[in-house]
Amino acid sequence: MAGSVHLIDRRLNGGNKSATNRQRFIRRYKEQLKRAVGDMVDKRSITDIEGGGEVNLPSRDISEPSFRHGPGGNRETVHPGNREFSPGDTIQRPQGGGGGGGSSEAGEGESTDSFVFTLSREEFLNIFFDDLELPHLVRNYLGAVQQKKMVRAGYVVEGSPTNLSVPRTMKSSLGRRVALSAPIRRELEAAMAALAEARARPADAAEVARLEAEVAEIEARLRRVPFLDDLDLRYRHRVSLPQPVARAVMFCLMDVSASMDERKKDVAKRFFTLLYLFLSRKYEKVEIVFVRHTDNAEEVDEDTFFHDPKSGGTVVLSALELMHEIQAERFPAGQWNIYAAQASDGDAFGSDAGKSARFLGEKIVPVCRYFAYVEIPDGPDARQSSLWVEYDTLSAIARNFAMRRVCERDEIYPVFHELFKKETA
Amino acid sequence: MSGGVQVRERRLPQGPDWTFELIDEYEREIRKTAAEFGLDTYPNQIEVITSEQMLDAYASVGLPIGYPHWSFGKEFIRNEQAYRKGAQGLAYEIVINSNPCIAYLMEENSMMMQALVVAHASYGHNSFFKGNYLFKQWTAADAILDYLVFARRYVMECEERHGIGAVEEILDSCHALMGYGVDRYRRPQPLSAREEEARMAERNDYIQRQFNDLWRTVPSPGSTRGGGSTRSVFPAEPEENILYFIEKHSPKLAPWQRELVRIVRKVSQYFYPQGLTKVMNEGWATFWHYTLLNRMYDKGQLEDGFMIEFLQVHTNVVTQRGFDERGYGGINPYALGFAMMRDIRRICEAPTDEDRHWFPDIAGGDWLKVLDFAMRNFKDESFIAQYLSPKLIREFRLFTVADHESKSYLEIDSIHNEEGYRRVRRLLAEHYNRDVSMPDIQVVRYERDSDRSLVLRHLIHRNRPLVSTDATEVLKHLARLWGFTVRLESIDADGKLDHYRECAA
Repeated sequence: MAGSVHLIDRRLNGGNKSATNRQRFIRRYKEQLKRAVGDMVDKRSITDIEGGGEVNLPSRDISEPSFRHGPGGNRETVHPGNREFSPGDTIQRPQGGGGGGGSSEAGEGESTDSFVFTLSREEFLNIFFDDLELPHLVRNYLGAVQQKKMVRAGYVVEGSPTNLSVPRTMKSSLGRRVALSAPIRRELEAAMAALAEARARPADAAEVARLEAEVAEIEARLRRVPFLDDLDLRYRHRVSLPQPVARAVMFCLMDVSASMDERKKDVAKRFFTLLYLFLSRKYEKVEIVFVRHTDNAEEVDEDTFFHDPKSGGTVVLSALELMHEIQAERFPAGQWNIYAAQASDGDAFGSDAGKSARFLGEKIVPVCRYFAYVEIPDGPDARQSSLWVEYDTLSAIARNFAMRRVCERDEIYPVFHELFKKETA
Repeated sequence: MSGGVQVRERRLPQGPDWTFELIDEYEREIRKTAAEFGLDTYPNQIEVITSEQMLDAYASVGLPIGYPHWSFGKEFIRNEQAYRKGAQGLAYEIVINSNPCIAYLMEENSMMMQALVVAHASYGHNSFFKGNYLFKQWTAADAILDYLVFARRYVMECEERHGIGAVEEILDSCHALMGYGVDRYRRPQPLSAREEEARMAERNDYIQRQFNDLWRTVPSPGSTRGGGSTRSVFPAEPEENILYFIEKHSPKLAPWQRELVRIVRKVSQYFYPQGLTKVMNEGWATFWHYTLLNRMYDKGQLEDGFMIEFLQVHTNVVTQRGFDERGYGGINPYALGFAMMRDIRRICEAPTDEDRHWFPDIAGGDWLKVLDFAMRNFKDESFIAQYLSPKLIREFRLFTVADHESKSYLEIDSIHNEEGYRRVRRLLAEHYNRDVSMPDIQVVRYERDSDRSLVLRHLIHRNRPLVSTDATEVLKHLARLWGFTVRLESIDADGKLDHYRECAA
């Protein structure tokens, strides 16, 4: 009986061997993909986008040409399943495809008009946000952050035993031994030769004994060269390097007073979602803080933020103050990249607008990487709100403050694009 | 074991789920059964993989190791999409023509499927790879895995050194010409230095022996000609392996680019026999999984439930839809191949008068020997031309449609009747003739003395034109590889220039 078959379990080897090739494909067709993704965004709700998506590419753009026969000329084709044909029967030439008989071409399987495939979330976001950049992204500013990382920095002669590098130590030990023992070996060889010569010509016993003693003495010296010496020890050296922190916090501020209806909230939500997706691509870690306000502000969870009805008056300042409080307490500016987006219909009463703008300009904007204000008016031709007017003066001074008006859902992406477009160097 | 006439073997454990021990046990029994029929195979290596890994394997056209290229990514995406949507099931198995012969089993398969795949791939395909003359001639099963490892590493090193873009350009261009990168006939082995020497010595010796000073006085007609005009057209004979010609003679390619051309050419050559033996290969493997498992059932090793599940899968595989049915995609190679293999066995075992008339040399013969001979010495084209019987033409109800450009309609050329059998058979065989389905394009001239352009000649077959947009694109690729102008002349049956295309580098 022959031995058993070679049976191998490859399942643990992990798939994704094609990941590289997939990346190459996407790189090659980035332009076409971008167009397709752009089209897609118009049609879909933002919350769906996070899951990645299906993209259509026209197959002619990604074709691989080869020499092949086209329609025309003379040919015969063979098909199975004849029922009624006799030799000499004629059939209408099928339209479109010139070749084949009857339905043969139709049966070629799936249509080749377009090439559909699914992008992963990661790939989708990369293409989606490809031409966007976080404004004023100053990485080195983050260098001050108190986070350290140990990195290897060669070898040193002193250190703790745990850091002992055995290969390096053995290497220097070997070198030292070779260097120290070489002259001794040479002497030994000479002495051995002398001894052998003395024995060969019958010399007197005293000389032989002297030579033997000499050899023994040299051998002992050779043995005294230590295998390992303190000099040989080498330790791995590590130094600490300050690391920039790639983490961000995003404050979502929204006015939920009675004037903010479902439509406006929906628009706001889309804006926040886009911002979140965008930040989560740029930073390893993104925290979100939801602050909603009527005439007083509170921190809530996401679900409450978007769905829980609450009504009351409007005091914008309360939200800004709360945000400032939370930021000072939990997200020190040196350790976090702070972003904030505020959505409101712009309603503000009395001195609130002015106070808010001042507070924003003095306390909040300086610690923020970016503060975006999105105003969602009742309609495209609504007059400018008091908050808008006050904020407007601010946007003239602060570079990291931007404001836009958005009326409809489909304006969100263009506005977002505009806010975060890559600055031309 | 009892000594009865019908040897009843121990029943193999049943159940839907497989384990490694079970696969091992089934494999052993299948091996024993295959030995009864004398199947000669490479050693087997069976690997269990996930469906995702199966998709990976698909993408690299079934090779276990491929070099990186975007087109494989495209292929992967296409398959993955079809699979996710349910438009396409995964193949149950992939088998690599190597020594040892590697077969992949998918972990989702039931025990029955694993046994089926082992019989199909590890014994059917495997013995075909080992026995068929085309595979013997063109694929070095022992060396292919090593070569692929080399190719992959080489391509990646080139990418590091010359940039991904530069490598991709060359590979794109080579892929466009991949179909024109195969040798159909063996090139003569180059002579070794010693052979060359021996031949030279022999020649000198001959001249010495034939020497007669008198000849010197006879004026020769050649002596008045100038030396330069003897320079002839290069290449002396047209070269159909375009990639080979580029690799050897392209004036501009750097050595690493030449090596890339060579890699693509080698891979193309490796797949050449598979393209020529689709019907036979699948037919042979299907015939053997059917025969082996049935034999094991007869021996009492398999249960009824196993067989019913098996037959259902088997039937799906060998279904041939009619031309007017939904999902018709041409002739199913599994169906045709399996039917022909079975038919040959039938002709041997129970020939009718018709069979004796059509196949006098095999009717009533030893089916094992006849099938073995057929497997070893044919490709699809010749196999069909030799063995397709009238009975099968009737069973498949084959008919042929003539599509001639001079007529505004299609005409039924012949059907499964006495007058039509031979013509249907010939046309079906022709359908599998690669030389007809691929346009005949060869390198005819390399203008070494003028503008270094490369001239290709396309011999138009039965007035069938090239797809023009594609031809233009391929010429661009060719010009990139060649480095100078390339020209493509389409010559019609009368030898007149029908179409001329040119692409400057």
